[in-house]
Amino acid sequence: MNALNNEDRKQQILDISGVNVKKCMHCGKCSATCPAYDEMEYHPHEFVSMVEKGEIEPLLKSKSLYRCLTCFACVERCPRGVEPAKLIEAVRLSVIREQGNDYMKPEKVTEVLDNSMPQQAIVSAFRKYRK
Amino acid sequence: MVYSYYPGCTLKTKAKELDRYGRNSAKALGFTLEEVPEWQCCGGVYPIAKDEIATKLPSIRALASAKEKEQILVTLCSACHNVLKQVNHDMRTEEEIIRNANNYLQLEKPYRGETKVLHFLEVLRDEIGFDELAKKVVNPFKGKKIGAYYGCLLLRPGKVLQMDDPENPKIMEDFIRAIGGEPIIYSMRNECCGAYTCIDDKKLANDRSGEILKDAAEHEVDCMITACPLCLYNLNHNTDAYEVPIYYFTELLAESLGVKEQGDECIE
Repeated sequence: MNALNNEDRKQQILDISGVNVKKCMHCGKCSATCPAYDEMEYHPHEFVSMVEKGEIEPLLKSKSLYRCLTCFACVERCPRGVEPAKLIEAVRLSVIREQGNDYMKPEKVTEVLDNSMPQQAIVSAFRKYRK
Repeated sequence: MVYSYYPGCTLKTKAKELDRYGRNSAKALGFTLEEVPEWQCCGGVYPIAKDEIATKLPSIRALASAKEKEQILVTLCSACHNVLKQVNHDMRTEEEIIRNANNYLQLEKPYRGETKVLHFLEVLRDEIGFDELAKKVVNPFKGKKIGAYYGCLLLRPGKVLQMDDPENPKIMEDFIRAIGGEPIIYSMRNECCGAYTCIDDKKLANDRSGEILKDAAEHEVDCMITACPLCLYNLNHNTDAYEVPIYYFTELLAESLGVKEQGDECIE
């Protein structure tokens, strides 16, 4: 599945996100404030440390990629300006930009759609879950 | 005062009330919302990736349209507000995005983030003034305990959006005071409702919205207000049986100004 080797993948993620993982001081505030913490296998601080160490393969396969709410709580509250949400976005894009790797199929929307679901939910999910 | 107005996809469909009450109120307060011609959907969430241009173009087109008319660009939807301001910030600071977007758009003059973007609440605070708004209120919400629900998209990232202090905001509380109500402060007011995960993971959305409703209910609010259609949806679809009504802030605004029952004649 992986067209990119690990080093190239890491560089791609750093380039897409613009995040400097070396700035992290491992305080864990990003994960402590993350509203999706309970639903994540890997938490925001782990995304930062694992990308830094090049342990990217487990992240690519993890559903944690699709639990981030893009609420920017970790971006706002990181004392070092690391902006973990941007890194999670880049890992997610690294996966779904590959052909056949869309996380959500359009049919899924028709399954969960109800009369009051706002278009905002649908366009946002499309932006986050598929390319 | 005439503003460029970006309604966004949801205000034309499932959140028509947010739009209609906003327009009615604008008219009553003496300002005009002029819809951006042929606007396109912002995409709902800010495209974070530094190498994406196409997903930012709808926002840039709207921003450039307002610049052409020399108008401030106003939005009502929290999500559009977030996306437009963040993309505008990119168009001021990210040289590669500026270059590639302008290279594609071929505008008469390159767009470099010149347009000022304001949320409707900021128009009330910074352009009209909450004191002036209070003077025009004919049906004050006297004795009503109202919890402001900010969510994420109005406030964060604070340095980019510059709407209010992202951890201790007060713009919605000041709004509530202006329409005669009593603002109730509760700690979950700026935490996330679960957002678009209502499509993929109902439990996550339900847990998040439940925490917010629980906190508001424990603070004995009579109702809550929001500027976000997705927040309204997630809070209304929470299954934990909290009986807290949630309204768009424009609905209470229109009611306080006595223009709630006006029809679509205000829509231009």
